[in-house]
Amino acid sequence: MLDTRYRVEIPGGIHLEAQVVGPIPRCFAFAIDLLIRGLLMFVLWLSALPFGLFGVGGGFLMILLFALEWFYPVLFEVLWRGQTPGKRILGIAVINDDLTPVTLGTSMVRNLLRTVDFLPLFYLAGLVTMLSNRRFQRLGDLAAGTLVISLREAARAAPVGEVQPLAPPTALLRIEQTSIIDFLQRSPQLSVPRQQELAGILEGITHARGEDGVTQLHRIGAWFLGVR
Amino acid sequence: MKQHSFEAQHESTWASIEESLQQPSKGSNGRVLAEHYMLLCQHLAIAKERLYDAALVERLNNLVLGLYRELYRYRSETRLNLFAFFKRDFPLAIYRHRFFILAALLVFVLPGLLAGAWTYFDDEALYTMVDAQQVREVERMYDPEARVLGREREADTDIYMFGFYIKNNISIAFRCFAGGILAGIGTLLVLFFNGMFIGGIAGHLTRLDYVDTFYPFVVGHGAFELTAIVFSGAAGLRLGYAIISPGPFSRLDSLRLAGRDVVPMIYGIVLMLVIAAFVEAFWSSSTLLSTQTKYATGACLWALVLLYSFSGRRHEPR
Repeated sequence: MLDTRYRVEIPGGIHLEAQVVGPIPRCFAFAIDLLIRGLLMFVLWLSALPFGLFGVGGGFLMILLFALEWFYPVLFEVLWRGQTPGKRILGIAVINDDLTPVTLGTSMVRNLLRTVDFLPLFYLAGLVTMLSNRRFQRLGDLAAGTLVISLREAARAAPVGEVQPLAPPTALLRIEQTSIIDFLQRSPQLSVPRQQELAGILEGITHARGEDGVTQLHRIGAWFLGVR
Repeated sequence: MKQHSFEAQHESTWASIEESLQQPSKGSNGRVLAEHYMLLCQHLAIAKERLYDAALVERLNNLVLGLYRELYRYRSETRLNLFAFFKRDFPLAIYRHRFFILAALLVFVLPGLLAGAWTYFDDEALYTMVDAQQVREVERMYDPEARVLGREREADTDIYMFGFYIKNNISIAFRCFAGGILAGIGTLLVLFFNGMFIGGIAGHLTRLDYVDTFYPFVVGHGAFELTAIVFSGAAGLRLGYAIISPGPFSRLDSLRLAGRDVVPMIYGIVLMLVIAAFVEAFWSSSTLLSTQTKYATGACLWALVLLYSFSGRRHEPR
């Protein structure tokens, strides 16, 4: 099944869920980081010019370029809790597979293995690996035990408008009650005929069809939600 | 309790926690954080148990996730204790990788010796491994007639060479490690070819009788550089072996465990290569020091590195 949810049992005694992120947002984040790195390199190169490219300036330039190449992601992932500037813009973050923040060690491993993920060209190996496991992990992620998750807040359920609550005519199981609540909250996303079709299933309970059935069901849902 | 009353009762708490998670940089109070975490875990559990709607469960889930990430931000392993690392962690990691180190050493040294012997007895041999341009460059670098040692210095600054060595050599070591994830093959190739080049060039220069310029130059930093390359090969082979022979684990779990194991090796390799670059740029290349001094310090450095590398066993818990 296509499911990007990732579940871990944490010491709070509950299952925590996170949304893993696929290749597309990660590519965008990478492109943004590449741009930033390119700009930084250009600025560094410019500021090294007065000191001589084959002298002190060149020496520091090479050290900084080296650091930028290998440690730019490590630095940000460790200091900014798993986010490089590109990842921050995209609202995604690297995290250990137990959902704790990345540490220096795991970040180093995943980023050193970038060289292999890049092979043979343009991160092909990384892409193929990402698409062949359920958590979208590239080779570096697999070895480091990290994944990239989304930090975007999901859209909140729209507040229930003016709905007069109505007590259900029969006792319903919790799971049935939840379905009715979900129906109430998702109705704005459904077309009217679809709403009526779904409400029609429960005609035995609401004793109403069409528009009336939908309204009845909404009112029952509001009652279950606790609207008074 | 109906969902609405539950939400109404706790909304202000959730909102304030959401806000505090937005700007976490203000050093969060550990006690408050732990209290919030436990409270929200309970709320999430309640919401799930009572089958409150998906949006609320997700909101609480995200809150717990945020608190959890905040709570586990400061772990002992993120604070790198340099002293303990040098004294215990790195030697212990070396000890635990001993078989991989031995394997990497063989793959590095044997091609080196063979290539060295070949280029020593055959003038043309080096040209089959390295292109002619590079051979000329290497010959010029160590020509006893030349005044500066090492790579030709257009501008005579040590800092330039320091940067050059850092960029080149550490990158090679990193690639040597990373190649390990391809079932060890990448690592083996990097080790093999680097061993062959170094051995071949050494043999060739010995044949040309550049002994007094080449060996005193390389002996000092070689202690750190060659050892570090073998170590990075060992770390790479550890990854490769984890995939080939996962033992009781699944291949993925085995790889992940290996990924955790090699971390101290990587820290150590980086530090060794920085030292190597220092020695190479500021000591090895000096023309003021006599050959004897360089051999003597070189011998000391080798002894130091080897003694250190063998010091890990006593840290292995029994």
